Amino acid sequence: MSGVFSSTRAKISERTLRTDRWWLQPAITVAVLASFIVYATFRAFEAKNYFAEPLISPFYSPCLTARCPEGASLLGHPFGTIAIFGMAISPALLILIFPLGFRMTCYYYRKAYYRSFWQSPPACAVAEPHSTYTGETKAPLILQNGHRWFFFAGLVFNVILSIDAILAFRNAQGQWGHMSVGTLVLLTNATLLWLYSASCHTCRHTIGGRLKHFSKHPLRYKLWTWVSILNHKHANFAWISLFGVALADVYVRFVAAGSITNFYFF
Amino acid sequence: MSAIKKMVKLRIWRGDAKDGALQDVEVEANEGEVVLDIIHRVQATQMSDLAVRWNCKAGKCGSCSMEINGKPRLACMTRMNMFEEGETITVTPLRAFPVIRDLVTDVSFNYKKAMEIPAFEGPKDLKPGEYRMQQVDVERSQEFRKCIECFLCQDTCHVIRDHEENKKSFAGPRFFIRIAELDMHPLDTLRNRKQTAQTEHGLGMCNITKCCTEVCPEHIRITDNAIIPMKERVVDVKYDPIRWLGSKISKREGIV
Ligand code: SF4
Ligand code: SF4
Ligand code: FES
Ligand code: FES
Repeated sequence: MSGVFSSTRAKISERTLRTDRWWLQPAITVAVLASFIVYATFRAFEAKNYFAEPLISPFYSPCLTARCPEGASLLGHPFGTIAIFGMAISPALLILIFPLGFRMTCYYYRKAYYRSFWQSPPACAVAEPHSTYTGETKAPLILQNGHRWFFFAGLVFNVILSIDAILAFRNAQGQWGHMSVGTLVLLTNATLLWLYSASCHTCRHTIGGRLKHFSKHPLRYKLWTWVSILNHKHANFAWISLFGVALADVYVRFVAAGSITNFYFF
Repeated sequence: MSAIKKMVKLRIWRGDAKDGALQDVEVEANEGEVVLDIIHRVQATQMSDLAVRWNCKAGKCGSCSMEINGKPRLACMTRMNMFEEGETITVTPLRAFPVIRDLVTDVSFNYKKAMEIPAFEGPKDLKPGEYRMQQVDVERSQEFRKCIECFLCQDTCHVIRDHEENKKSFAGPRFFIRIAELDMHPLDTLRNRKQTAQTEHGLGMCNITKCCTEVCPEHIRITDNAIIPMKERVVDVKYDPIRWLGSKISKREGIV
């Protein structure tokens, strides 16, 4: 027997003596993340109702294959049509790896899914069910060290989704100077994604954390103190921006499917 | 308000390395007391040979670490009014370390790990007393100096709590803040702290699940301010080819 049941430790038969509801938080995390994964998978494969001039769903932007409707393809169709077994693949699947990889390697989400899905540990001072443990020292988990590459890719996506939000200041005929509920939805989504990226631990490190002498780099020090304030709330931004993406997609889907009309303020 | 006396129920683990069990006791508690007061009263009135380690009763010596209702805590900083009326309070020794007797464990693992971390190495051309530093450059390290060495973080860390075999290769959160303190120190000149954090002290074993941060009585943000920054620094020297190349061409700051 290993861990808290090792022969030298105090003989206690319970895996934990905690009396609070320690299982609640991991249970909620599993429920919320699993719902998001199910919804996002459904939407990524659905490959329709993701564009309603001038709104595009964040799951489908940038839209890079020949299937993308006119107006949705900011960057053209560099990939033409990609087909697997004769089926044209959804444009969402082409870009999915970037936001997915960014969130999968995020220090906060790592904590969240290691605790909830992998139970390692399910909660503090609650024995985990695994007999061996090597942490992030071996493949595949050693790849978590590549978080910074996804962080930079994430910045590119933030720029693209911000452009999408700006393009939403047009009406369905492409004329500028209009604003709708959809504009607000895309703007909010882009803002939340920027906050999520700006509060990232890799951002904090890159902007100034890696320096030994703050005194020699006053500007980077200042930026570092700001990012540190945001970083304190990184877990909150991780969740809110996740909901933001899902809700923005739901909104565009309803508009594109004709279930609701995109209300224009002017 | 005058002192209100009441009886409280405790379950205290008693035993040694060979065997032991939880024992029920009922004891008087007064307004404003902490768990350590109650344990002392048990010792004074019912279990005169109860072993418990303590010193300052002010949350500053780090001696009275134990597990209270399953959570690693300082007994002298755990107020009795935290608990529900009539709740039974379970008190056990730390469950990550070998038990000696009753509430006392052998924490020498931590002293061995402390010796494995190379000490501060100041610039060769300066004598002690000639060191000059700016406040902005030392403030990150100062957070880590608040540590009272209670080892609650070490006790709760699942890497060793749940896997005895990892003790040989894992220094633990208390020593990751030590490494971070030195690596961020403006005058420390030892160059390979990032490399050895990963190769010798087991930084890669930590999966940043933050239990150390949750239990630290000094509220040191161990994971956010020491472990994750160290993981990023390790990436700079070990897993990021661009940074690594840059460091070979020009000895850029922060990369050494
Ligand atoms: S964050 Fe890392 S060091 Fe801290 S308790 Fe968790 S695994 Fe251990
Ligand atoms: S870091 Fe906090 S929990 Fe760990 S030994 Fe120091 S004071 Fe105790
Ligand atoms: S740490 Fe969460 S996005 Fe980088
Ligand atoms: S007795 Fe010193 S910290 Fe509790």
